Amino acid sequence: MSALRFGYITGPLLGALWMFILATTISVGMSLVTGDPFKPYLWLSFFWGALLGYGAVQFPNARTVASGSVAVAFILLGFAGFAPIEVGETTSTFSSAFSWILLGTISAYTTYVIMFDCAVGALTRHEFEAAVIRFLTGLGYIFFTAIVLIPFFVMVMTSLKNQSELIQNPLDFSLDLSKGSDLFRSYIELFTDFNFGIYLWNSFYISVLTVFITLLFAVPGAYAVARLRFNGRAAFSRSILLIYMVPMIVLALPIYIGFSMAGLRNSILGIVMIYPVTTIPVALYMLQGYFRGLPAEVEEAGLMDGLSRLKVIWKITLPLSLPAMASVSLYVFMIAWNEFLLAFMLLDDPSKFTLTRGIASLNSSEIPRQHLMAGSVVATVPIMALFLGLERFMTKGLTAGSVKG
Amino acid sequence: MTTMTPPTGTGPLARREARLAWGLLFPTIAAVALVVILPLLAIFWISFKPVGLADLRPPEMVVRADIRGDAEAVGDEITVRYRIRNSNQDKTISGVTLTQAWPAGLDPQEVDERCEISGGFIRCDFGDVEGGFRDQIRIPSIVGQDFLDSGGDLSGEPEVTGEADNILTNSEFTLENFAKVFDSDEFWGVLGVTLFYTIFGTIGALVFGLFAALLLNKSFRGQGILRGLYLFPYVAPVIAVAFAWILLFDPFSGSANALLIQMGVTESSIDFFGQRPLALIMVTIFEIWRYFPLSFLFILARMQSIDTDMYEAADMDGASPFQIFWSLSMPQLLGILSVLFLLRFIWTFNKFDDIFLLTGGNAGTRTLTVNVYEQAFAIGNIGAGAAVAVVIFCCLLIFSFFFFRYGNQEDGL
Repeated sequence: MSALRFGYITGPLLGALWMFILATTISVGMSLVTGDPFKPYLWLSFFWGALLGYGAVQFPNARTVASGSVAVAFILLGFAGFAPIEVGETTSTFSSAFSWILLGTISAYTTYVIMFDCAVGALTRHEFEAAVIRFLTGLGYIFFTAIVLIPFFVMVMTSLKNQSELIQNPLDFSLDLSKGSDLFRSYIELFTDFNFGIYLWNSFYISVLTVFITLLFAVPGAYAVARLRFNGRAAFSRSILLIYMVPMIVLALPIYIGFSMAGLRNSILGIVMIYPVTTIPVALYMLQGYFRGLPAEVEEAGLMDGLSRLKVIWKITLPLSLPAMASVSLYVFMIAWNEFLLAFMLLDDPSKFTLTRGIASLNSSEIPRQHLMAGSVVATVPIMALFLGLERFMTKGLTAGSVKG
Repeated sequence: MTTMTPPTGTGPLARREARLAWGLLFPTIAAVALVVILPLLAIFWISFKPVGLADLRPPEMVVRADIRGDAEAVGDEITVRYRIRNSNQDKTISGVTLTQAWPAGLDPQEVDERCEISGGFIRCDFGDVEGGFRDQIRIPSIVGQDFLDSGGDLSGEPEVTGEADNILTNSEFTLENFAKVFDSDEFWGVLGVTLFYTIFGTIGALVFGLFAALLLNKSFRGQGILRGLYLFPYVAPVIAVAFAWILLFDPFSGSANALLIQMGVTESSIDFFGQRPLALIMVTIFEIWRYFPLSFLFILARMQSIDTDMYEAADMDGASPFQIFWSLSMPQLLGILSVLFLLRFIWTFNKFDDIFLLTGGNAGTRTLTVNVYEQAFAIGNIGAGAAVAVVIFCCLLIFSFFFFRYGNQEDGL
């Protein structure tokens, strides 16, 4: 490694790799947005990137100048055919020029950021590793953002297009805005022809009921495990987790048989009976972790003042643990909303479908793909909105109850 | 004078507290016993039973009663007809009888030898009825005035009794299910696929989670947004993201293939979810993609609770960033990483939905859990499915032993 620790080697090396990463990212991004061909050019990326990386260590103060001049240079090179991003014959001049300017500006700026404080000559280990870490950080942001966003991007865009357009050019996700409300045709059809309004409502109230029933069971249980002393407390605390580890498919088989015999299959009552049981163990576990963190003194004061245990739970513990309740509710709601296996096995009657079961029923060769994706969007958007709104609770609750510092 | 000793045993207060605790826990215990313990026992029971999907509907007698001919005036001749059959083609139903109120004012002319009419009821006795049995009983009768006055029809539905031998409750046991599961060459392949999926899925999710946590373990503008964004795969419904992946990697109209061809990485389109061993790799990648947020969340929480003074001291002493990471952060993270590994390992082992939706267990991606579904519902052999489920459960017991043995309670989840 020490052979690499010279500004004139580190700079071009990181610069070259970085240019290729950026060129690939921008090519993929532009291809997906415009539908025109863009493609990173490996050796040209390496060449220009290395040059840029060397410039960044040689002239460390020229960041702004470099951003502008590289952008201009890439446009000129682009029309001459020597830019790191290659375009196809059908690509419009505007979007080609845009991609080159974008690449030039971003690459120059970020290469300077990566090579910040690095001299041309020998680098200390500290400086070298800091540069590598900045490089990896940039790569990480691009990588994670891309892998998370692309599937969702494809989902949303597919739902707004139609099948023949998609088969013609699977990369063309550009929207024809002149179609107006016709863009949302598959959504309208879902709600008018495929009963998605009912599914949405079913999913919603099943999830809400599940949350209430789960809390009703889990709060007293969690309190008992967290606060009260009784024989077998430790064993019980562990067996909760053990139960959470039993795979659903193992239980689903006997439940299916039992429900078939009891006539509970194909009924929402059956679903509402079974969902909370799958969520009670995890809710109980999260809540007892939180209850343990609450100061026992407050409750003891309540007990001294003559409250009964149940009143203490109701008047002291619950108000104090509202944030935990919110996060547990959100988590349970998410599990119930996203649940697929039981709904798939137990529900056959289209008027009782939940959203996930409804989407599964759209998965046939007769129904066009955009309906499937529109259904997926309908199922995803509410839970995402809820989650983004309450994200703080969610992250805190998921981790705070369990991970002790 | 007696010596003072600390109190031993449980006092009334402690007993009251324990009683309250059990009272508070009772609803949970009852519900869990009903839906978890009972089905688990059931699955052990079923795994020793030769039972198929068709046996779930118990055999029963089906009877239809109707009247042939028009009853318009007194003296008309009509025929009361009972059509009776065994709904099951193989199973015998024993002690079958039929009972129905016989309408007043209807005079039976000739009664089938199996039946008798007395006291305003018709009773028929069929004895033991074989599978696939079907028969008719016709009773020609003369219409009287009372019959016409009461509407001229039979009243109510005929009642049938009869007992069938239920395969689920009888004492017939077999080891055939397990023999079938272990004998097939398939089983070891399925086990191998499960282990590959579990091990690489778990490690991958941990490594990517760690990397993402490192990225976000500093405060900058937009950190909250990115953190929310990186949790998307975990929060979205599995069915939605699974179909999005299928569409994205479709061999004919998938964007991924179009992109790869355009970039010149591949000549012809790749069937990502349809060929061995690529399909298995793809479902493992999907698993990593979907669950890295969970490990990311826990690792990030642990990182943020590490004291920063230590880092400053190390920085002053001239430690490089990688040295700080290896020698200071990693030891602190090992606890949460090992717990996450054990938990994720078990959960990935148990995972069913993802593979079921992506490939349906085809193209060499059938794991044990998918095999349960395959045996029980696709092939229709519930017993064999239950046997696979029992195998899964035994693996699970082994894992949880390790979990409780090595999962430190202090650090535990």
